[in-house]
Amino acid sequence: MSIRERMSGNEAVSYAIKQINPDVMAAFPITPSTEIPQMVSTFIANGEMDTEFIPVESEHSSMSAALGASAAGARALTATSSCGLAYMWEILYVAASDRLPIVLALVNRALTGPININCDHSDSMGARDSGWIQIYAENNQEAYDNFIQSFRIAEHPDVKLPFMACQDGFITSHAVENIELLETEVVRKFVGEYNPENYLLNSEMPMAVGPYANSPFYMESKYNQRMAMKNAKKVILDVAEEFEAISGRKYGFFEEYKTDDAEVAIVIIGSAAGTSKEAVDKLREQGIKAGVLKIRVFRPFPGEEIAEALKNVKYAAILDRAESFSAYGGPLGSEIKSALYDAKSGCTAINYFYGIGGRDYTVEAAEGVFEELIDIMNGNKEIEQFKYIGLRQ
Amino acid sequence: MAQASDLSKINEKSPYYDITPGNQIYGGGGAREFHTGEWRTQTPVIDWNKCTQCLLCTPVCPDSCIVVKDGKRQDFDLDHCKGCGICEKACSFGAITMKEGI
Repeated sequence: MSIRERMSGNEAVSYAIKQINPDVMAAFPITPSTEIPQMVSTFIANGEMDTEFIPVESEHSSMSAALGASAAGARALTATSSCGLAYMWEILYVAASDRLPIVLALVNRALTGPININCDHSDSMGARDSGWIQIYAENNQEAYDNFIQSFRIAEHPDVKLPFMACQDGFITSHAVENIELLETEVVRKFVGEYNPENYLLNSEMPMAVGPYANSPFYMESKYNQRMAMKNAKKVILDVAEEFEAISGRKYGFFEEYKTDDAEVAIVIIGSAAGTSKEAVDKLREQGIKAGVLKIRVFRPFPGEEIAEALKNVKYAAILDRAESFSAYGGPLGSEIKSALYDAKSGCTAINYFYGIGGRDYTVEAAEGVFEELIDIMNGNKEIEQFKYIGLRQ
Repeated sequence: MAQASDLSKINEKSPYYDITPGNQIYGGGGAREFHTGEWRTQTPVIDWNKCTQCLLCTPVCPDSCIVVKDGKRQDFDLDHCKGCGICEKACSFGAITMKEGI
């Protein structure tokens, strides 16, 4: 029996952590993820779980401590946001190349400068090439569900990669919504025990983790990482299928919302997908064939599948919540365009930026994007790439 | 549990699929097979006539290249000596000299 509750995204992830009861959590507080280690510490203090909590002096240390714990053989995790993730940067790459299945609860927040505590995806998008799996949630339910699936994916023998479970700062992390929780026994049975084949504390077989790999070894090592990331695609789908069996909730690489017959579509990550779906519903009432493709899995990047999902769409707006400062588009826009090009797709992609630094993205804003796509489709407007939605001018 | 790594088989010719995840090496003592002595430009040479077997040089070697057997230091383990010269400075009897080109 599932449990009906109401919770914020941070509460949902903390509750998932309590249910999983991992071995080690190392964390340093930073808005808007602070509540996660705070709530987990409370659960531990109240004897509701027995995770070893390591309060550290920085995020460089929290990721390092999680890495050490994971190498030792523990199921380890941390949580952070924004500059906290930036401060982990060096160790993010080490965790991935050492093939340690650490889970990071990331609450997306704009990277400083200028200083800003609100949501955008510049933190995780900056870490997109660090070798971590990245899965994004639209709401508290997905934040909870993704987290429960995280360790299963990360620890799978074909994968062995660290996992970033992302949710939108404040919008998801602090908004209280209805949620359906699984019973703890069901979660524990689903996640299972972590019994790594090799680990540092195994006195039967001493081992070296993270040895020096200069030019004769580095490239082969990176290729193995890429193979593991490719393997993660199947594992993500397999775990989602098993998760559906216990929860009734279906997950894939992305959610296709009314895209079957859509002529125009918005492709978007995170909480703003809900806002875009609302706009789709309104436009559908007027007979406009609009849809939304909500990207859940960004690493590994399901390029072929995205191109397939967009194959009948004439004009797609790819909405990025992070700048890349290439001056030629954002990360999601660039990668989807590349996927469409390789698929020789007839879908024209137009890259927008929205919600940067927490700027509101409203149903009206989404409708405005669809109207532009329709005007372009009807030959009434020239394509303009890389617009900032809601920019004052 | 993995088998101890056979380091003779992981080398610069190994294809990617023979390299372990994360380049992990199983089984202890693998550093012995890694001849860091190849990096050396200066080599310590001992004058046994001056050596008093005081053993001051032994503990200061960062690479444990001065092995003691039956209370007496042996010649240098040049497979692993990087030629740092600390032993030369630690020797109070001028018995160790760093030499280039050998």
